[in-house]
Amino acid sequence: MDKCKYDWPAAGERSLIGKRFKRIDGPAKASGRAKYTYDMNPPGLLTGKIYRSPYAHAKITALDTSEAEKLPGVKSVQVILGVGKETNWVGDEIVALAAESEDIAEDALRKIKVEFEVLPHLVLEENLDQAGDHAKAAGGKTAGDPVKAFADPDVVVSEGYYGIAAITHCCLESHGNVAQWTGEKLLTYSSTQNVSGLPGQIGQSLREQKVDVADKNIETICNYVGGGFGSKFGPDEWGIHVAQLAKAAGKPVKLMLDRNMELEAAGARPSAFAQIKVAAKKDGNLVAWDSHSWGTGGPAGTGMVPLPYVLAIPNSSTQHSSISTNTGPARAWRAPDHPQAAALTMCALEDLAAKLNMDPIEFFSKNADLSGGRGKVYREELQKAAELIDWKKNWHPRGDKTSGHIKRGMGVSLHTWGGRGHNSMCMVTIHPDGSVETTLGSQDLGTGTRTAIAVVAAETLGLPVEAITVNIGDSKFPASGASGGSTTIGGVSASTRRGAVDARDLLFAAVAPSLGVPPDQLVAVDGHIQAKGDASKKVTWKEACAKLQTKTVQATGKNPGQCALGSSGVGGVQIADVSVDTETGLVKINKMVAVQDCGLIISMKTAESQVYGALIMGITYALFEEKIMDQITGRMLNNNMEFYKLAGIGDIGELVVHMMTGPGYDERGTIGLGEPPVVSPGAAISNAVANAIGVRVPTIPLTPDKVLAALAKGGIA
Amino acid sequence: MRRKKRDSQELPRGGFSRRDFLKGASMAVSTGLLAAPEAAAAAPESSPGVVGPGAVPITLQINGKAHSLKVEPRVTLLDALRNQLDITGAKKVCDRGVCGACTVILDGRPVYACNVLAIEAEGHRIETIEGLGTESHLHPVMAAFVEHDAQQCGFCTPGFVVACKAFLDKHPNPTREEVEHGLGGNLCRCGTYAGVREAVLEAAQTLKGGRANG
Repeated sequence: MDKCKYDWPAAGERSLIGKRFKRIDGPAKASGRAKYTYDMNPPGLLTGKIYRSPYAHAKITALDTSEAEKLPGVKSVQVILGVGKETNWVGDEIVALAAESEDIAEDALRKIKVEFEVLPHLVLEENLDQAGDHAKAAGGKTAGDPVKAFADPDVVVSEGYYGIAAITHCCLESHGNVAQWTGEKLLTYSSTQNVSGLPGQIGQSLREQKVDVADKNIETICNYVGGGFGSKFGPDEWGIHVAQLAKAAGKPVKLMLDRNMELEAAGARPSAFAQIKVAAKKDGNLVAWDSHSWGTGGPAGTGMVPLPYVLAIPNSSTQHSSISTNTGPARAWRAPDHPQAAALTMCALEDLAAKLNMDPIEFFSKNADLSGGRGKVYREELQKAAELIDWKKNWHPRGDKTSGHIKRGMGVSLHTWGGRGHNSMCMVTIHPDGSVETTLGSQDLGTGTRTAIAVVAAETLGLPVEAITVNIGDSKFPASGASGGSTTIGGVSASTRRGAVDARDLLFAAVAPSLGVPPDQLVAVDGHIQAKGDASKKVTWKEACAKLQTKTVQATGKNPGQCALGSSGVGGVQIADVSVDTETGLVKINKMVAVQDCGLIISMKTAESQVYGALIMGITYALFEEKIMDQITGRMLNNNMEFYKLAGIGDIGELVVHMMTGPGYDERGTIGLGEPPVVSPGAAISNAVANAIGVRVPTIPLTPDKVLAALAKGGIA
Repeated sequence: MRRKKRDSQELPRGGFSRRDFLKGASMAVSTGLLAAPEAAAAAPESSPGVVGPGAVPITLQINGKAHSLKVEPRVTLLDALRNQLDITGAKKVCDRGVCGACTVILDGRPVYACNVLAIEAEGHRIETIEGLGTESHLHPVMAAFVEHDAQQCGFCTPGFVVACKAFLDKHPNPTREEVEHGLGGNLCRCGTYAGVREAVLEAAQTLKGGRANG
C-alpha cells in the first residue's frame, strides 16, 4: 500500500512516539499551581448552594423561601422544583441560591421551609422478587439452540448467582461550575469532560428557562478537571441554575456540589446481578449460556450489559429485567457496562473451569477464538500475563489446601473495548520566531492528553516535546470531542498529526527555495529542516521559521480525515493474586498483572499510568465500593468519604503493567486506553478469592461479611 | 491500617477544635450567649473561649508571610486559605478529615486544613504547597512526583506532596511499608499510588543527598 502523507512514521523512523515522557502539566499539578474550576475566584464571587430533597420519593406540598431571601448576604434564590412537583431520589434539587459566602449560603438553606407528602420508594434491587412493579422486562436474545446444548449428556454445566453493586464516581473535584456574565456574554469555568460541547448544551437549557442567550456568547473554560470518569459530560441542572443565579445577582457565582450530593446525585454505575448457567464440553469448549440479569441505574432502570462478555458462546439465551429505583440517576462510568459484564461472565466461566478441573488460563486460551477476530491477541496476552505472575508455579486448583487461616489464590479475567478516535480539530501554528502552538477545544482528564498532543506535534515537526505549547480547555478553540469512551487519544492524535503535517509542509514551501531543494524533498528532524538524505543542505528550525518573516503558518487538522491513523477494538488480560484471611474475611491484594494492547502508543509513561490507575480503581470497586442504601429511610448510608471507601496506598499490593507493542499492534494506529484496563479487576479478584477459599463470593464488592458468609456455606475453612 | 493522621489534629495550644467549636456554637445559640472576640484571649487556658459569631480579625503566618483577614469563627483554615486568600493548592474534597487533599503543615506537622478552624491556626506556622516550591523550582518531592507520574487528574496531588514532605521530614529513610502506613491518610481516585510509592522513595534519596551535601 502506498504511504499516505499523514501516516505515522514507521517504527524505525520514530524519534519520540512510544517513548517515556514526563507529563507536560506535571509541574503545574505537583506544585499546586494548576487551577481547577473549584479554584476559580473571580472578584465579587458569590457561592451557590442547593436545597436538596431529603426523601427518596416525595411530593412537594409547600415551599417557602422568603426567610432565606431576607437573610443578609443572600443575593439570589431560584426554585427548581415547585409545589406539586415530585422528587425521585435523595439529593434531587429543589432550590438553588447564591450568597456572599459559603457559610451564609448554608445558613440560608436552613431557612428554606419545604413540606413534603412522602411517597413509597424502592432503593434496593438485589432481591428481584421484592422489586414489584419497579421491575420491567427489558429484552434478551437467543442464539443457536441453548435448550438442546444444555441437554447434551456430554456437557458439564455450572450454575450460579453473581452480581456487582452500584457504585459512585466519587470525583475528587465535585461537579460544579463558576458562571460569570458580562452583558450578554456568559463565561463558565466548568469541571467537565466536554469543553467544546458544553456551550451548546448550556445555551439550549438556558433558553428553555427563558434566559435569552446565544450559543456564540457562551464560553466554557476547563484547564484542569479533578476527575470525571464518565460523569461530567453535561452542564447538569446545577450548571444551568448557577448561570441563572449569576444573572439574577449580577455577580459571578461558584456552585460546587457538597460531597454528600456528589455521592448521592452526581453519578452512579448501574448494578448488575444475574442467575447464570453455562456449559462446556468435557474438553473445555464452551457450548451454551443462559442468563437472567437485572440491575438498576436509578429512576430510569438500566439495560442489559453485554452478556456473555467477550466470548460469543454459540448457543445462548439471555433475558433482562430493568429495575427503577429512587436512587440518583446512573451516568457513564469508565467502560460503561463492561465491568459488570466481566464480573458476571468471567466469574461464571471460571466456576465452570473449576468444575471441569481445568486450569483457567488453558480454558480461556482454548475458547479465545469465540472472541471473534481477537483470539490470537488474547492467547498472547494470557501467556504474557501468566508469565508475569509465574502462574505455572503459583497456581493451584480451587481451594488453597495449605494449613493456616490465610489462603492464597489467583484469578484471571479478559476484557475488550472499542476506543476509536472522536471528531477533533487541531490548529497548529508555527510562528516566525520558531515557537509552535497546538490549539484545540479538548480537555485533559489526567489521562495525559496534553502530553500526547505535544509528542505528536513534536515528532511531526522534528522538535523536542518542550518546544510545543499545547492550548486546550477552551470552547473558543477548534472543536474537539468529549473525552469519554477512550475516544480522545485517537481523535486528538490524528487531528494534531494532520494539522502538524500540513503546517510543516507550508514551512517546507517557505524554506525550499533557499535550500535549493523541492519542498517534497525536505524533512524535519532533530530541530532542523533538511534535504532528504543530504544533511549538508539544512537549516535550523529557528532559521527556517525566520524565513516566514512576519507571516505565521497555520493549518487545522481534522479527525476523521485522510489516511487511517487509528482503529478500534482491543483485548486485555488481567490476573490477580490475593490472600484471604478466613478468620476475618479480609482480602488482601498481593499482586496484579495487567497485559493490555491499544494499538500504537504515543506516550508510554502516561499510557502505563492509565493502566496502573485502572488496576487501583478496580481494586477499589472489587473490595470496597458500594452505594449502601437503606430501604427504610431511602437514604444512602455512606454518603461521605469516610464510609464510601476508596483504596489507600497500602491496599494495592504489587502492580505489574505490560503494554503489547510492536508488529501486530503498532500498525493498528492509535486506540483508546482509558476504559479497557478498568474492566477486569473485579472479575479477576473475585476469581482469585474463589481460587483461594474454594467457594464463590457471589457479589462484588468482596467485603469481609460476604467472604465469611460464603465460607460458612462451604469452602475450605 | 489507614488514615492515621487524625490524632495529629490536636493542636499544641489553644482550646479549639472544629468539633468542640460546633458543640460550643450550638450551646451559645441555644442559651442566647454571645461573647466578644476578646473573650477568647481572656478565657482561661483550661476552658474553650468563645468568640463570634461575627467575623473576627486574625493574622495567619502562611509560607513565611503574615496575612491579616477577618473570619467568622466557624470558618475552617481550608476555607480561609481558598476563599479569602486565594491560596488554592489545598483542595476541598471530603470536608471531614478523611481524604487528605487539603493537607497543610502546621508547626512542622501535617494536618487536614478542613479540620482546623482558621482562628485556631493563628499563632502557628502554616506551610502550604505554594510555600514548598514553584513550577519552575520544584521541591524534590514535587520533582519526584513528576518523574514517576504520581499524578493523573492532579486534584489529590498537592495534598499528597505536602503529606510526603512532612512524612519525609520525620522519616528520612522510609521503607515501603512505612510509606504505605505514613501516607495512608491521603486518598486518590485516579489510582496514582503506584507512582506515589516510587516518588516518595526517590525523594527520600534526593533529600538525603541534599542534606549530606550541605
